[in-house]
Amino acid sequence: MHFIVCIKQVPNTTNVQLDPTTNTLKREGVESIINPFDEYAIEEAVRLKERTGGKTTVITMGPPQAENILREALARGIDNAILVSDRAFAGADTWATAYTLATAIKKIGDYSLILTGKQATDGDTAQVGPGVAEMLDIPHVAYVRKIEEITTNTIRVERMMEDGYDIIEMPLPSLISVVKEINKPRLPSLKGMMASKKAIITKWTAQDIGADTSKIGLTGSPTQVMKVFTPVARGGGEKLEGSPEEIAQKLIGKLKGLI
Amino acid sequence: MDYFLSDEQKMIVDLARKIAIEKIKPVREHYDETEEFPWPIMKELAQADLCGVYIPAEYGGFGGGVLDLVLVVEELCKIDGGIALGLAATALGTFPILLNGNEAQKKKYLPDIASGKKLAAFGLTEPEAGSDATAMRTTAKLEGDFYVLNGTKCFITNAGDAETYTVFAKTNPARGARGISCFIIEKGTPGFEFGKKEKKMGIRASSTRELIFNNCMVPKENLLGKEGHGLIIAQSTLDSSRPGVAAQALGIAAGALDEAVAYSRTRVQFGQPICSFQAISHMMADMATKVEAARALIYATARMMDSDRTKRTTKESAMSKLYASEVAMEVTTQAVQIFGGYGYSREYPVEKMMRDAKITQIYEGTSQIQRNEIALSLIKESAAKK
Repeated sequence: MHFIVCIKQVPNTTNVQLDPTTNTLKREGVESIINPFDEYAIEEAVRLKERTGGKTTVITMGPPQAENILREALARGIDNAILVSDRAFAGADTWATAYTLATAIKKIGDYSLILTGKQATDGDTAQVGPGVAEMLDIPHVAYVRKIEEITTNTIRVERMMEDGYDIIEMPLPSLISVVKEINKPRLPSLKGMMASKKAIITKWTAQDIGADTSKIGLTGSPTQVMKVFTPVARGGGEKLEGSPEEIAQKLIGKLKGLI
Repeated sequence: MDYFLSDEQKMIVDLARKIAIEKIKPVREHYDETEEFPWPIMKELAQADLCGVYIPAEYGGFGGGVLDLVLVVEELCKIDGGIALGLAATALGTFPILLNGNEAQKKKYLPDIASGKKLAAFGLTEPEAGSDATAMRTTAKLEGDFYVLNGTKCFITNAGDAETYTVFAKTNPARGARGISCFIIEKGTPGFEFGKKEKKMGIRASSTRELIFNNCMVPKENLLGKEGHGLIIAQSTLDSSRPGVAAQALGIAAGALDEAVAYSRTRVQFGQPICSFQAISHMMADMATKVEAARALIYATARMMDSDRTKRTTKESAMSKLYASEVAMEVTTQAVQIFGGYGYSREYPVEKMMRDAKITQIYEGTSQIQRNEIALSLIKESAAKK
């Protein structure tokens, strides 16, 4: 079986900057890490391979330095890595990103299951995973917390809901996005890190995957970000002091003042 | 300071730090309180390939040297000086095999240690033989294809939890220091049992027990080196392992320094953070300088050892261990002082660091024994000049 994991590099969250002209995240020169939710997808793919045999591939769309997170995925036990990188992809929204990844996965061809994290910690949209599945015209389940069973042509999973969980079975190939409850990712091993340093990463451009240029990057993105701003920090609260009666009086006075 | 570590060594540091912060930090209090052996952490270290960094690749290790071991131990001990001992004391128990074992012995024992599947321990000390190892009473008598061991070892780190033991016993008591031999003994060998577990001041996540030999039959092929070479094996082992204890001390000191500096920036007294008071900031400046000096000395010693394994490094090893352990005690004590009343409370990690630091001045040769070794080397060097 072939397990493909889609991952994303995200800025280390303490360090987010916005590009004032495009209103998108500035990624160049910012320390990047694997989107934390994608670590669970990587771990689950490695575990699936340990369970059923086969191979694992990790793929990301991003700038050249996204190679670093691919190498980290290799150190954590993934077999192959593909970097889909082209200036033409810059500024892609979730639609254009899903299109790009789906197109690249079509080029990979044979696969059993695609895994993604439930969402990225920068955009927080949770759309790209399901979007990829739609564009590949395969079934998907989001927010998977457990894989109960996998056979050569079906998978049965538990989908986490607010008030419990659903058990869903679907045919393969398909896509799941996973939540952090699904596993505890292992740390990379020293030997894995050494091997990943030397590993050859496949690099594909827009032309390599045969992408329709009108559907990629900023031009292929229907999303128009009108304004991005940092919310004004909320002022500190006010502490009312005195006896309970006095405090109640002061509070009523303040509430009346608001009406 | 930049020590120009190789890319591989930077990876080792990075990985050890990740395990220390992500896996050890959340449970360090638990293991200190309960004194349980930290098996889940040992498993993490094994999976990360960190158990065999100093073991040659042909025996399943990473093929590094003493410096690589030092880096791992330092990083782990920045967070917890006790949990790291599962790995560090295994190195101590492994060096006799690594340095003196024959090919068959290395092939048999090193791969499981390198992979982290088994831990090792070193059995030299006895109730009446601490600094004076030659006073040991444990005997090994050759009977047919076996050495029959009788006696008791005490204060043995990893005892009970380790599978592989390197143990010293007198094969010829009449020959004194030249009558000591070293054996590899597996847990489960009939006649080999463990005594009570020590209740300790610090390094409480580490197990310390007695080894009790009662007509324990050890196969002849488990003799390490030659009969009578035990003390030489012990000395060469300690030369190799002392930088590891020094690294433990260094890690504890560096961890305490980090805690103290961070705390001093947030603790406000007299209307300002206490780091703005010279009384505190100069203390921290001295602590940091000593920690860095200890690190420089240890790394230089480890590099010297790794560059030429045939060279004796008794003096440098002793200096590293002496200096780093004294710095650890001083720096952790100062860290508690900077934390004030909170430092004395178990709510904060520095009191534990102070408790953990103390052992580094005692085991694998007390500070006083290190000074003896250094002085003896000085005198020998001077005498050799003529």
